[in-house]
Amino acid sequence: MARIGVLALQGDFREHIHTLRALGAVAHPVRLPRELDGVDGLIIPGGESTVMGKLMVEYGLDQPVRDLIAVGTPTWGTCAGLILLSRATDNALAGQPLLAALDVRTRRNAFGPQRASFEADLPVPALGDPPFHAVFIRGPAVLSVGADVEVLARLENLRHTSESNESTGQGTIVAVRQGHLLGTAFHPEVTGDPRFHEYFLGMVRGARAEQQM
Amino acid sequence: MEQQTGTLRVKRTFPEMLKGGVIMDVVNAEQARIAEESGASAVMALERVPADIRRDGGVARMSDPELIIQIKEAVTIPVMAKCRIGHFVEAEILQALGVDCIDESEVLTPADEAFHVNKHTFDVPFVCGARDLGEALRRIGEGAAMIRSKGEAGTGNIVEAVRHLRTITDGIRKLTIVPEEELMTEAKNLGAPYELVREVRALKRLPVVLFCAGGVATPADAALVMRLGSDGVFVGSGIFKSADPLRRAKAIVKATTHFEDPAILAEVSRGLGEPMRGIELGAIPERELMAARGW
Repeated sequence: MARIGVLALQGDFREHIHTLRALGAVAHPVRLPRELDGVDGLIIPGGESTVMGKLMVEYGLDQPVRDLIAVGTPTWGTCAGLILLSRATDNALAGQPLLAALDVRTRRNAFGPQRASFEADLPVPALGDPPFHAVFIRGPAVLSVGADVEVLARLENLRHTSESNESTGQGTIVAVRQGHLLGTAFHPEVTGDPRFHEYFLGMVRGARAEQQM
Repeated sequence: MEQQTGTLRVKRTFPEMLKGGVIMDVVNAEQARIAEESGASAVMALERVPADIRRDGGVARMSDPELIIQIKEAVTIPVMAKCRIGHFVEAEILQALGVDCIDESEVLTPADEAFHVNKHTFDVPFVCGARDLGEALRRIGEGAAMIRSKGEAGTGNIVEAVRHLRTITDGIRKLTIVPEEELMTEAKNLGAPYELVREVRALKRLPVVLFCAGGVATPADAALVMRLGSDGVFVGSGIFKSADPLRRAKAIVKATTHFEDPAILAEVSRGLGEPMRGIELGAIPERELMAARGW
């Protein structure tokens, strides 16, 4: 059975843990480096990226997480977690981006204040039908992606948040995958639809099978 | 692809992202920057911190919009601001300013002694104070997307916060064990909407995030209320009325994350300098108690 660590420094880590356990995975909160021992996958939840970043550094979690990612441990960031995973953030505070693993450039709080936060039915071809009901809370947007990054979902029309997207007219990128890394600008942990968590557990199973070969 | 803003779900999900964090009262941009640097999950803009309101008296109102704009420009974390109970025009102004959440707060002088703001008509989420489950459910019924136990603001005394938090969680626990046929009577006794009473029973918690406020002055206070079931912590006067605000703020942030780890709590509590002085509750005349404002 897959063992998933969920970074639990701040944010909605409990919802991730509940969803994972409902799917039969073993999930536990991670606040200190020793709690990363033996994890098959890691989730960085929604919350405030500045707070999580500071506490990761303060308690020595940043390097162990980078090491886990470097050896191919599947890692998924939702919202704030996506920002922390990004290679670059165009409005980062000092010390960010922290993990610089996922080859994307993101913009924090790309849609405006909470008043502009929204929910929408998002087509995600990798998950099939129906569309995934996505909740964006002061969410980031992916402005550009590297060659190895697969775009899993885009917001069609409305609110273009980046020059690059405006020029292509394809809509804002809000879900990406690069090998063992997954990033979503929204919160699959709050809607009760487990398909993204199933997708991530599939990535974890794939990585474990590869290791055993 | 329709994008819906200001829905109940969007409003209730915003506070979910603040959980496990500390929301700090600030009166200007400089304090807001210190709060962000310390690891605050959000800042709360108000005219004066509760301890000063208590000391100076007079009417406490919404902050000057100029200060709120300066605070918004100073930080990247969410900015909340307080309006007076029932003052829906102050709330509309705060929404127009683009604050991320409005606190309809008993810390300010109430504008209406009978009615709270109808929070359903706003796109921005509201947090409201409560002393017990009935009060919490009345506010949720009016559209509050987040509840904080009231405590007694500006005292640096945790005793009321503990009383209110325990009263709310005891109320929830009781609803989970009474037989189904008693629920309407429970709703009547709580003065709470029946449908919300049923929902709390099914969920075994409030349908919104529950934070604790009013009297948190030390890292140990923050950890205590987390242990008692709070989802996060508001700190008002406790930070900027202490000797070393940045250091104390950082310690309270760490204590809120590591609230179950006494070794870490001991470490972060060392040598923080003087906490705010604090007030014994018995020393406050009854008519000056803030928690009794609102119903």
